[in-house]
Order: sequence, then C-alpha cells, then structure tokens
Amino acid sequence: MRKFYTLLSREVRSYFHSPIAYIVLTFFLIVSGINFNLIVSYMNRRTIDISVQQFFFNWVLFWFPFILIFPLITMRLFAEEFKLGTIEPLTTVPVRDWQVVLSKFFGALVFYLILWIPTLLYFWIFQSITGQAAAHSAGAYWGSYLILLLLGMFYLSIGCLTSVLTRNQIIAAIISFCAITLLFFFGLVQLILLDVTSTTQDLLGYFSAIEHMGTFSRGVIDTRPIVLYVSMTILMLTLTCQAFQSRKWRL
Amino acid sequence: MIKVENLTKRYAGQPAIQDLNFEVSQGEIMGFLGPNGAGKTTTMRILAGFMPPTSGRATVAGFDVFEQSLQARAHLGYMPENVPLYSDMRATEYLNYRAALKGVQHRRVAERVGDVKELCGLKEVENKLIGTLSKGYRQRVGLADALVAEPDLLILDEPTIGLDPNQIRQVRELIKNLGRQHTILLSTHILPEVEMTCSRVIIIHKGRIEACDTPDNLLGKIRQAGGVVLEAKVGNDNGAEELKKISGVREVVTDGENDWKRFSLRVESGVDVREAVFRLATDRHWAVRELTQRRATLEDVFVELTHPDVV
Repeated sequence: MRKFYTLLSREVRSYFHSPIAYIVLTFFLIVSGINFNLIVSYMNRRTIDISVQQFFFNWVLFWFPFILIFPLITMRLFAEEFKLGTIEPLTTVPVRDWQVVLSKFFGALVFYLILWIPTLLYFWIFQSITGQAAAHSAGAYWGSYLILLLLGMFYLSIGCLTSVLTRNQIIAAIISFCAITLLFFFGLVQLILLDVTSTTQDLLGYFSAIEHMGTFSRGVIDTRPIVLYVSMTILMLTLTCQAFQSRKWRL
Repeated sequence: MIKVENLTKRYAGQPAIQDLNFEVSQGEIMGFLGPNGAGKTTTMRILAGFMPPTSGRATVAGFDVFEQSLQARAHLGYMPENVPLYSDMRATEYLNYRAALKGVQHRRVAERVGDVKELCGLKEVENKLIGTLSKGYRQRVGLADALVAEPDLLILDEPTIGLDPNQIRQVRELIKNLGRQHTILLSTHILPEVEMTCSRVIIIHKGRIEACDTPDNLLGKIRQAGGVVLEAKVGNDNGAEELKKISGVREVVTDGENDWKRFSLRVESGVDVREAVFRLATDRHWAVRELTQRRATLEDVFVELTHPDVV
C-alpha cells in the first residue's frame, strides 16, 4: 500500500511539474466560465423551468471541453515512460504491474477531480449574488458530480489503455479522442435516427452520457449507469494491465 | 548470487544471446565485456527482470528472475544503460521516491538517501532538477539510486560512460569499495577499468561467452600477444635476421626508415628474451635507445577473442 501511495503521489505531482496541467486547467476554467456566463445571461432573457445547475451540466457547450480533456490528461501516462525509457527503472523495482497501472489511473482521476473544483465556486457565487438557489436540491449536486466521477473514470480508463499501447503521445491522444467521441455519439444515435424502434432506442439510451447526465443532474441517482461505468472502467483497466504486461513479450 | 543456465533471448527470431551459462558468487565483482551489440545489455535486462528470456533460466539470490520476479528484484540494484530519469524531479526528491518504492523503511529513507548522496558526490546538486544536471551527475544519480536500498547485488550497465577521467577514477574507487559488501556485475567498454576493479571477467561476443576467467588467467592465455620492442641503430647488419636467431623469438617486425630501426619481437609464451637481445646488441655494437617488454593487456585478449582477423 505504501508503494502504491508513493507511485500515486509521484503521478499527481508530475501533472503539476509539466505545463500540460496548467494549460488544461486554464483552458477548462476559461471555457466552463464562459459557459456559465452564457447560461446565466440566457436565463436572464427568458423563463426556463430548470435550475442553473441543471442547465450548466446539460447545455451543449458543456460537452465540448468535456470530451477534449481526457486525451490531454491521459496521453502521456505510459507513452512518455516508454519514450523516455523510464519504464526500465520503474519496472525493475519490486512493484507489481497492477500497482503501476492503478497509480497512473488514480493519479489521472485526482487531477480530473481537481479540474471540477472551481465549478463549485460558480454556483456559490451565483447564490451569494442573486440570493437564489442554484439547484433545486442538494441531491442535484451529488448526482451531477457523481456522474462526472463515473464518466471520468470510464473515459480516463480508455485513455490509460490507448496510452499503454504506444510510445507516441500524439497517437495515444488521437486514438483515445476517437474512441471517446464515438462512444459519446453512440448515445446520440437515437436522436438522429427517427424511425428506430423503442427497443433500439432504449438500448442506445443505456449508453448515452447525455441521458445519464440529464437524470443525475436532476438528483435522480440511477444504479444502472453506476454499474455500467464502474464495470467498464474495471474492464478497461484489466485490459490496460494485460497490455502493460505484454510489453515484456513485445520487446 | 547469480546463476545463469542456457539463457537465450531472440528478438524477432534473431538471437541476441545464445546459451549463456555463468555464475557469480557472493562478493565477486564480475566484469562483463563485449563489443557493441554483443548482448551485454540484453543479459543485464533479463537479470534485472525487465524482460523475460526466450529460453533458459536465471536466478538472483536463489529466486528465478521471471517466476519469482518480485523477490529477485528486491535483492538487486539496477542501473540501466543511459540512466533514464524523470527530468521533472529534483535529485533528492527522486532518491526519496526510489527508496520508498524499493521498500526502504520510512524512518530510514532520509538516512539512506543522505548516505548515497554523500557516497556519490551529489551534495552540491541535491536540490537541482534532474533535467538540468550534466551527464556525469545524472550518471551518479543513477548509481545512487541503484545503491539506495542496500541491495545484495548491483547490476551496472556501463556505469562510467560519459564521465570525465577524474569522475571515472572516483567511480572506479567507489565500485572497488562497494565490492566489499555487495556482489557486482558491471558492463563496460573501458578495459583498464575491468583490469583494475574486477575479480572475474566474462567476454561475450555475438551472444556467446568467449571467455570467463580472472583477468590474470586471461592474460596468461594470450601471453604471445605481448613481446619485446627494441629500437637500435644496427648499421649494415640485418637486424631482423639476427634477432630471429634468438631462441624463443617467433617473429620480428621492422619499422623505421632512417638509421634507427624499431623491431617488434613476438615471443613464445613465458620466455623473457630481453637479456639475449641485450647481449646480441653489445656483441654487434648496436646503439640501443629502447628495450622494453610490452605486456599483454585485456585489450589484446578482447581484440583476439572478438576480432580474430585483426591479430
């Protein structure tokens, strides 16, 4: 456990040692700030029956930076170690491969969660200035941030897998970006195809990140997406672990 | 400490090492010599648990490097070729991190890291980013890393490459001292280094072991590569013919255009012909300005074993 903690703290710190962290943080802060500004001014102009918090998490522009950050966070995880050769000292100390994989995954997850902290501030600022509640209930906050965590886990684990497959960060980023975008649009197919039967529609709905966000941000905590994302994350991390071990046979 | 049996590694069918067999016992400093691409790094990587062999077996401290990799890795300190390091960390920070990964007890980390920094001369750069360090310092950080957990076995892949002559001397001294407590397997190109530090030498060529012996025995085997050099003014005599008559002299090579001729004598193993050469020179009234015995060095052994056409 101590070795895992050592690896994890090195992973988290390494984000802040590189300029990528600050670029991603700044980019994300600006874009989500603009988003917030836009929705508030939109709501000023017309009456709408959902809360600021719900609107923020369900509005189209929210998803654009959201998909983009995962490749940026995960591309360097393994690819950089392979490229620089630091994988050699790392794997010749008595640590297990799964400890390395999990530390990288959780390191990325910690950074991802740090990204979301400023958004809590938006709602607080909104409440203290307008004197109105930003959300209908506390459950809505819990729901939104829980689904963010679940989606984040799944997409970050995809990023881990693509990073372990190559020593080129750009390739890792492109593959994970494509995979995440495809998965994301998979859930949108039901909106595009008009004549789908209700079974197909339901089935596609199960994979729809947008639909899940809609449910969770209302404060409705559905166990189906929880099972889906947790099990998919475990699957992706298992594959990552296997791919990481297979390096020995590919050398 | 190390036992290697029929170790073979192929890359895409191409053998990098073939049927290596050797043992390194406790407290030995074993030198690993060979030209580039001979399979030194491959062998060391297998021993360090970085990659598995294609066939054969290797054990470190009694643990199979593949089946019981974790236990085997816990017994060794490995310094890879070119010393890859995280350039975004500071020297002390990196060593603390490595010590924790290697399972050094929490309360002993500071003490151990302090010791290896002292030993490897890293005090003045301890708070610098590794990315800004010179090659020599990076090399020393790698060595300090290998030492930090007090391993029984040190595997050092070219520890002195990229160092200046003073640093090479320091590292050589350091390795010699470490040899008192640790078993060491080190690879290098620099032959005098091996002669001075190692108790045994393995010469590897094209993936096979060509020789495995103490430096002295290896030199004994190719004594003929040594010989005697005479530089003299022989006048009208045919110096080479006269010298060849001395018993024990096998071959004479003559150099030099003007009056002063330089004769290189290859002699039979174990024979000292210098006295006979001296008597010949005084009998014939040759003026002599040099008479030396050239000792065979490991370089000769190395060249003879790995490059037979040159000799």
